[in-house]
Formats: sequence, C-alpha cells, structure tokens
Amino acid sequence: MADTYTTPSFDSVNVGDAIPAQSFPVQRFNLVQYCGASGDFNIIHWNERIAQAVGLPNVIAHGLFTMAEAGRAVTDYVGDPGRVVSYEVRFTSPVVVPDDDKGALVEVSGEIVERDEATRTVTINLTATSDGAEVLGNAQARVRLA
Amino acid sequence: MAINTDFIGRTVGSSQPYQVGREKIREFATAIGDSNPAYHDVEAARALGHPDLVAPPTFAFAVTFKAFPSVLANPELGLDYSRVVHGSQSFDYSRPIYAGDELVTEAIVEDIRIAGKNELLIAALNVSTTDGEPVVHTTSTIVSRGTAPQSDSDEGEGE
Repeated sequence: MADTYTTPSFDSVNVGDAIPAQSFPVQRFNLVQYCGASGDFNIIHWNERIAQAVGLPNVIAHGLFTMAEAGRAVTDYVGDPGRVVSYEVRFTSPVVVPDDDKGALVEVSGEIVERDEATRTVTINLTATSDGAEVLGNAQARVRLA
Repeated sequence: MAINTDFIGRTVGSSQPYQVGREKIREFATAIGDSNPAYHDVEAARALGHPDLVAPPTFAFAVTFKAFPSVLANPELGLDYSRVVHGSQSFDYSRPIYAGDELVTEAIVEDIRIAGKNELLIAALNVSTTDGEPVVHTTSTIVSRGTAPQSDSDEGEGE
C-alpha cells in the first residue's frame, strides 16, 4: 500500500526504471470476498474438495484477483488509477491458496520498458510470482504520467 | 465434453444496463485490498479531476461478467464451469469507469479452439455507456481444462 499517492512526472522517468516491488498475501478469506465483489463464484476458488476432484492441487485464486493484485503495484506507482490506459496479462500458472494461516504470497515487480513522448505514457512490464512459479506472463500496463 | 463451436461469431448484448454504484466500487476495492482514496473517497477522486469514484482497472471484468453468463451458462455451449480457468485478459480503456456510469456490454465469441488437452474460448467484450460512449474494450480467453477430444499433443495453455 502506498503511503501517499502522487503521479510521477513523465520527464522524470526513464526506460529501465523499476517501479516499487510489492508482495500481496492471499488467504481463503480474500478469495471468498473477491467472489462476492466480482460475481465470479466458480467453485474452484472456494471448495477444496471440488478443486481437487477436477485435478487442481488445491483451491486456486481467481486469475482476475491475481491480475488485480499485480495491478495494485501499477496504480500505487501512478497514484491516480484513472491514468491506467491499458492492462493485459496471460495466466501462466495458478496461485494455489492452501487453507492455513499463511495462504499464498504473490510477489510483483515491474520495469518501464517504453516511453511515448506524444502521449506522455509509459509501458510497464510486470513480473508476478507465487511459490517460485511465474503466475503471470506477458503482463503489461500502459499508464499516462503527469 | 467438447465446447459447441457453433457459438463462434455469436454476439450477445447485456439484457439490462450495469449501474456502477459507489458502494460496489468500494466493495471491489476492499476485496482486492486496495485503499487508494480514488476508489473510496468521492472528494479525493474529484480532486484528481474525476467526476466521481474511479473503479479499479480490473473492475471492468465484473461488469463484463454480468453479461458473460448469457454465453457461458448457456447449456447449448456445453461448458463445465468447474473446469474453467482464465487463460488471458486485456483491458483497453477509452476512459476510466466511474460511479454513476450506466454500462452495456457486447460480448462476441471470437473463437473456440483446441490447445492440447484443453479448449479455449476467446471473447471480446466491449463496454460502453448507454449513450454509446466507448469505455473499455476487453478480451478474455477462458480455458476449459482437459475437455478437448483425445489427441497426442501435450501442449497446453493457461491456468
């Protein structure tokens, strides 16, 4: 979580700059809450018995929940979430969320890979891992800086 | 059971507009653990130049998901939702989603195809206001795990 939300100036950033890395803990409670908030009650996100019956290691997080967490690294960086122009990801492996006190941890980092003078936008490549596995691939957001 | 490829090319519109409420934005932001004031505090959002609370970037999926069941839950499609995971997702914003928006979604099934043991359903979901202003163009690839007809390939995609 950012303590203050300020938008970096386009002129102050360079290709190769990192955005602050963040770690997001995920517990079963978060998934249940996300089911309600998103409307996606797919049973594999809250029922271990069914998740395992369909061949998953355990309950897994919604892909869009993981995408939302990784997106927090971007919106915290840009301050104003209305400055996100585009955001895309591939889901490469699931975030497995065991029913214990720890749950899972999603670790997110990002790097500016492109600057566009005309629109004062930058493109950020994101990396997200959980339990050593890359959970997002080709994760990229474009944001309009000040 | 394989997915019914007759659905390729089908377009489904929202049955009714999605009214974006302040409390829904706050609920969604809370569910993703995000206390950014633009999601919670109307004055803070207005101070940034927005007309009302801003929705988190991935909130658009919750909007499109309201329209999606008319495709996904159609028994003729033959999809077992417990086998479904997300393959990929994109959002391209014309502008942010704000509290007070009345949004409609047009869902287009672009492709249904086999990837190894899995089947993929690729959809474009376009969100606009009831006045016709484009808001966000989204694409979703969903993966139906292990439902492809038997093949020798082990190639898979997505989780």
